[in-house]
Amino acid sequence: MTNAKHKLTVRDLRKTYGPVVALTEAAFDLEEGEFLTLLGPSGSGKTTMLMIIAGLIQPDRGEVWIDGKLATFAPSYKRDIGMVFQNYALFPHMTVYENIAFPLRMRNMATDKIRQEVGRVLDIVRLPQVADRLPRALSGGQQQRIALARCMVYRPSIILMDEPLGALDKKLRDQMQLEIKQLHTELGITALYVTHDQEEAMIMSDRICLMNEARIEQLGTPADLYFKPRTVFAAGFLGESNLLEATVEAVVGDRTTVKTPDGALVRAPTADGIAVGQAVKLMVRPERLALLGPADSADNVVEGTLDQVIMVGGVTKYYARVAGDRAVSATRLTLGPISGLERGQRVRLGWSADSTVLLTA
Amino acid sequence: MSALAQRLRPWRAAWPLIPVLLFLGVVFLYPVGQLLMLSGLEKGTSVLTLAHYERLFTSNLYFRVLVITLETSAWCTFFAIVGGYPVAYLLATTSERRRNNLMIWVLLPFWTSFLVRTFAWIVLLGRNGAINKWLQALGLTDAPLALIYNFTGVMIGMSHALMPLAILTMVSVMENIDANLPRAAATLGARGGQAFWRIYFPLSLPGVAAAGLLVFITALGFFITPALLGGRLQTMITQIIITQVQELLNWAFAGAVSMLLLVTALIVFYFYDRALGMSTLAGETTTSQGGGRRNPIAAIAAWIGDILLGLIGRICDAVSIVYERLVPRPADRLTRQWSRTVLGVVAFLIIGFLAAPTFFIVPVSFTTDAFIEWPPKFYSMRWYDAYFDSPIWMAATVRSLVVATASAGLAMLIGAPAAFVLVRQRIMGKTAMLAFILSPLIIPRIIIAVALFYFYARVGLIGTSIGLILGHAVLAIPYVVVTVMAVLKNYDERLDQAAGSLGATPLRTLWHITIPLIRSGLVAAFLFAFITSFDELTIALFVSGGLATTLPKQMWDDALLKVNPTLAAVSTILLVFITIVILLAEYLRRRSVVR
Ligand SMILES: Nc1ncnc2c1ncn2[C@@H]1O[C@H](COP(=O)(O)OP(=O)(O)O)[C@@H](O)[C@H]1O
Ligand SMILES: [Mg+2]
Repeated sequence: MTNAKHKLTVRDLRKTYGPVVALTEAAFDLEEGEFLTLLGPSGSGKTTMLMIIAGLIQPDRGEVWIDGKLATFAPSYKRDIGMVFQNYALFPHMTVYENIAFPLRMRNMATDKIRQEVGRVLDIVRLPQVADRLPRALSGGQQQRIALARCMVYRPSIILMDEPLGALDKKLRDQMQLEIKQLHTELGITALYVTHDQEEAMIMSDRICLMNEARIEQLGTPADLYFKPRTVFAAGFLGESNLLEATVEAVVGDRTTVKTPDGALVRAPTADGIAVGQAVKLMVRPERLALLGPADSADNVVEGTLDQVIMVGGVTKYYARVAGDRAVSATRLTLGPISGLERGQRVRLGWSADSTVLLTA
Repeated sequence: MSALAQRLRPWRAAWPLIPVLLFLGVVFLYPVGQLLMLSGLEKGTSVLTLAHYERLFTSNLYFRVLVITLETSAWCTFFAIVGGYPVAYLLATTSERRRNNLMIWVLLPFWTSFLVRTFAWIVLLGRNGAINKWLQALGLTDAPLALIYNFTGVMIGMSHALMPLAILTMVSVMENIDANLPRAAATLGARGGQAFWRIYFPLSLPGVAAAGLLVFITALGFFITPALLGGRLQTMITQIIITQVQELLNWAFAGAVSMLLLVTALIVFYFYDRALGMSTLAGETTTSQGGGRRNPIAAIAAWIGDILLGLIGRICDAVSIVYERLVPRPADRLTRQWSRTVLGVVAFLIIGFLAAPTFFIVPVSFTTDAFIEWPPKFYSMRWYDAYFDSPIWMAATVRSLVVATASAGLAMLIGAPAAFVLVRQRIMGKTAMLAFILSPLIIPRIIIAVALFYFYARVGLIGTSIGLILGHAVLAIPYVVVTVMAVLKNYDERLDQAAGSLGATPLRTLWHITIPLIRSGLVAAFLFAFITSFDELTIALFVSGGLATTLPKQMWDDALLKVNPTLAAVSTILLVFITIVILLAEYLRRRSVVR
């Protein structure tokens, strides 16, 4: 079976609640030791996917393979997966020690061994002193780490995490992101992570699976998603983007030329399935746009009127209207006080052909 | 502003508490105190004496009755919990739609008069009742079994009467158990048995304990079921009090017996509070407070409980492992979990036990016979005619409707504002005040009834509708306060603040924002209060003084003479009435949810 190579494979998953489609046509592979993040807005089906993989929800259709074995409808306790819930789901009536010992007791491990293992993971999450406390006597960050410890202690082959940092404040979240990432690297865990925060996804993941409206929108490395988004949604969800309407003029080898409504010709790398005459969208990240001086030139140039200049600390944002009154923004490093630019002034904006992305959807 | 005024300021905002405190002080606290004091005085004098208590403790009879009362209540609690738990569990863990549909069948018996349900059991369990007739028809028994006028009859009747209370109490705790906890247990490697017994069950225990307490305390004060379904050996302590007052007019001794009942109830409360804390009664899941488990006894108990629950879990899992060997669960298609199937069947049977019997009263009401017998001889309307043509029955019905409406209105009028203050203001002694307002629920009803009888006798309220209204309002106020408080706790106060910031006066905010938003809760509170009064027998028994009878009182008097088909006809009418009220309430609730 081809699935044998992968740690986890899902095929064509679909789940509906009455008329609501929670997840459809979901398929991906997860490699051993990989950190894959499901990223998407709230309600895009991330939790549903995780629950199906954990065996807590039954799909209407599709397959789940874990370690080369079909597990679509296998009970959770037989899957050898670990899950960190969004609200941690620590057992409130058990001490931290009992919580972490629980999965080991379920595996009939000897008491001595259990003590040793619980001690080990408590050291890993750097909380050896809280073993006898009840979960409610811990801070949010501590609870989060205990949930992680409980999940790691029995060395499941895959760890699923559903927005595990969602309830923490920004500072703690930043810290925990790095800690989880570090644990992942040190212990070689295979992780499937869920978040709706694109920054978090970029920081932590080997690959990101972008989800939207119950479907997988795009799957790739953070760089892939950032530099080569395939859809307007993907372009907009990760980072900022400028979008302009355009029509394909010519396709020559790996270069495609498109024309904007005001007649400017723009060159871009050829994308799959592009045909002459087709209506497309061209996308450029704001930091790739430069304000050109009279003598400067670039692969692609459009003219427009300056709308606003806003200095945001280290960077300065320039807003302009171009091609049929569409607003675009350019972001440059702030190098000194800005002068000589006024609202309503004509400006030329330029960028390289390689930083242009053509989107058909 | 002076320091004193500063200190008094929260109290100025708390003025809506004053009417309810005054009311309960006069119509509840004072009479009950008086009755209990009477038990320590020589008859008709103010000389202190222990004579009544001497009589109580030297006579074997009263001690035996107390033991019977405790025993009966304990068994009834056991059955109500054991039978109610699977239903509560199913209700708490099933889909929302299914829960709402099943809930109606639990609420129906909950709201149906104890008297009606007791009559239904007479129809079912009697010598010539439906069950005996069926058993004989099937050839399982030759002679009728003695199912009634003994312990069996009392147990069936009381478990049936109190199980809905147990279920509703347990559901309120179970609903607060995070559904992710059993799920987490499953991902951590726990099979169904371990996940349930080690995680879900311990977390549901506060609900079990609260249900146990409420059922036990309510059972202590029972007299309808033991009187109609029990024999002489099932006499309960409340029946003694009734005899002492109604037949012997021995107030002082009745006071002493009341004191015994009250002390028993308080002891139960004390141990409950020590073991679990009263806050569990409010449907909160509490686990041991603070940090770790320090108390050694608690630690040992927890340790034993842990082993025991683990063991039960393992046994369940062993069964499921064997079952899976025989019927493997494939990984490639969905199979139904057999444990859910078993649960469904068990819960269905119990709900059947709760909901079905009452309907047996319906065919009996159309009998041509002069007594209750199964199968009824069809078909005649004579018992309905008897009801509608009887001035006594009609007067009782009208009085019940008037009294219920008025007392529910009164309870709303002084209870709802108090609930607002209790939820929204921070005032000293709030817990104590809440405890006082709720105490009419906790103190056995018979004590309130006898106390009011004594009090009314001196102020001339016996046999008046006013007396009934005031008395029933005492019982309805706790329900109103609890219900309105529950609604207000879920109400986002920022809405009011928003209205205020938009220029609305507090009164207009209340009228245009708060009340429309909590309307369904207020309607529920009113219905609760209405039914409490409409179904009330204990206070009516004493206060009506044989003149101003209410419907339950009339039914009781009739039943003591002879349980006849007129009662079946009245019961059927009541049943239809209650069903309409419940369906209406449910309809209003669903509509308010959809909006
Ligand atoms: N138990 C349920 N009943 C009905 N609809 C549900 C249920 N669970 C999820 N959904 C719906 O499925 C969709 C996906 O939900 P979910 O997987 O929780 O999204 P996410 O985790 O990405 O926020 C949402 O539209 C949600 O409303
Ligand atoms: Mg989610």
